Amino acid sequence: MFGLPVDIFTFIDLIVLTMLVVVGIGVVRVNKLFAAVMLFGVYSLLSAVWFVSLDAVDVAFTEAAVGAGISTVLMLGAMLLTSRQVDKTPPARHWIALFVVIATGAALMYATLDMPGFGDPNSPANSYLGLQYLQKTGPDMELPNVVTAVLAAYRGYDTFGETTVILTAGLGVMLILGIGVSGNAQAPDNADPKKVKARSTLHAMDHHHLVLSVISKLMIPIVLIFGFYVHWHGDFSAGGGFQAGVILASAMILYALIFGIKAAQRAIPPKVAQIGAALGVMIYGGTGVVSVLMGGKFLDYAVFHPEHAAHGQHYGIMAVELGVLVTVSSVMLSIFYGFAGRYRDLGDKDW
Amino acid sequence: MMQEALHYWEFVRHFIAGFMLLSGVGFMLIGSFGVLRLPEFYARIHAAGITDTLATTLLLGGLIVESGWTQTSLKLALVGVFLFLTSPTSTHAMINAAHQAGLKPRLGTVKSKHPRDEREEAED
Repeated sequence: MFGLPVDIFTFIDLIVLTMLVVVGIGVVRVNKLFAAVMLFGVYSLLSAVWFVSLDAVDVAFTEAAVGAGISTVLMLGAMLLTSRQVDKTPPARHWIALFVVIATGAALMYATLDMPGFGDPNSPANSYLGLQYLQKTGPDMELPNVVTAVLAAYRGYDTFGETTVILTAGLGVMLILGIGVSGNAQAPDNADPKKVKARSTLHAMDHHHLVLSVISKLMIPIVLIFGFYVHWHGDFSAGGGFQAGVILASAMILYALIFGIKAAQRAIPPKVAQIGAALGVMIYGGTGVVSVLMGGKFLDYAVFHPEHAAHGQHYGIMAVELGVLVTVSSVMLSIFYGFAGRYRDLGDKDW
Repeated sequence: MMQEALHYWEFVRHFIAGFMLLSGVGFMLIGSFGVLRLPEFYARIHAAGITDTLATTLLLGGLIVESGWTQTSLKLALVGVFLFLTSPTSTHAMINAAHQAGLKPRLGTVKSKHPRDEREEAED
């Protein structure tokens, strides 16, 4: 490109990676939590751009939805429960810590010298199992998206584990924070009186949200339809249960942010989200049990359609992805309820 | 005749698309300069918000013209509709939040009065 020794994609990669380093330093240097949370979101979006440039569209999708979307909102929710500003730590020289960090960094950099080049066809990741997946997905699954085939069919056990991990993480948050239904949910005891006063004037300034509420009423159905598109079209294009689950949950969280947590909990009660979190894992495991009962192995989808194994694979992938969708969206919503429910009457001034 | 018009369009559309893309990038650049150079919050949002909406519309329009009558165009158009609604809304939300939080716009130093006003005051 323009006589430079690098091609345009290397150039884009270098720019994005430089920006990632800059944002990383910014997160460390900034002492307002709000700015740090926002910079984390920027970091995730930049990573998503980088993944797209590496042709990892599914991963980029997940990073954009989870990293930039949900986790920013969750961290904002967590931030509200703590203090907004971090005290400046007095300058101290931790020489041992510095040594450990530099040594680890140097070791990692030394290790990267042994890594195969990007897209090297002879690298271990591309030659043994990866090559088999690429070659067999066509005849076995008759699906264009190899990522979905690997995720839901070839490595179905791993994804089952991941779904269970998400349920476990959600359970952990629910056990610590509650699930946002406790009747006496209120501000922490150390809330300053100014905030309490602001909350009582909340209804007086509802009309300030007119534009936001009109636009979000327009947007939420579109976001939901897009979520289901991402889910059911995941076999053919980038996407699948994980991304769709996060998109559906973020539509609900948008609704909760604009219309209040009470309205959101009327639409989808915390109980439903709680049951859904477990139900999804049950759908996933149940698919495996059904395949065993039909005479196959656990999560062996070929038995679902004896005449045409690929169709059986399609049914299995669809069922499994539905389980992932239900668990992911329910857990994300439960975690949000867990954070937001502790601070029920959130006014504008509290932000 | 129809064939000829189509042929002509096939030739021209790349120029139209290029013009739209370049002007979109230009507006994006102007907006970035505005965010960096303008003195205070409201002015910066003003620079970013207006140019962003126009620039993304132009960029997506250019890409639609370039990709022709395809499914990609439809998807780009949907993205365009989405951004056309959300981008001004997020600008509004930011400014509204700042206003709610009590941030006053910096209106600049008051310059000397207009000569006519000064004359009128002197006459009184």
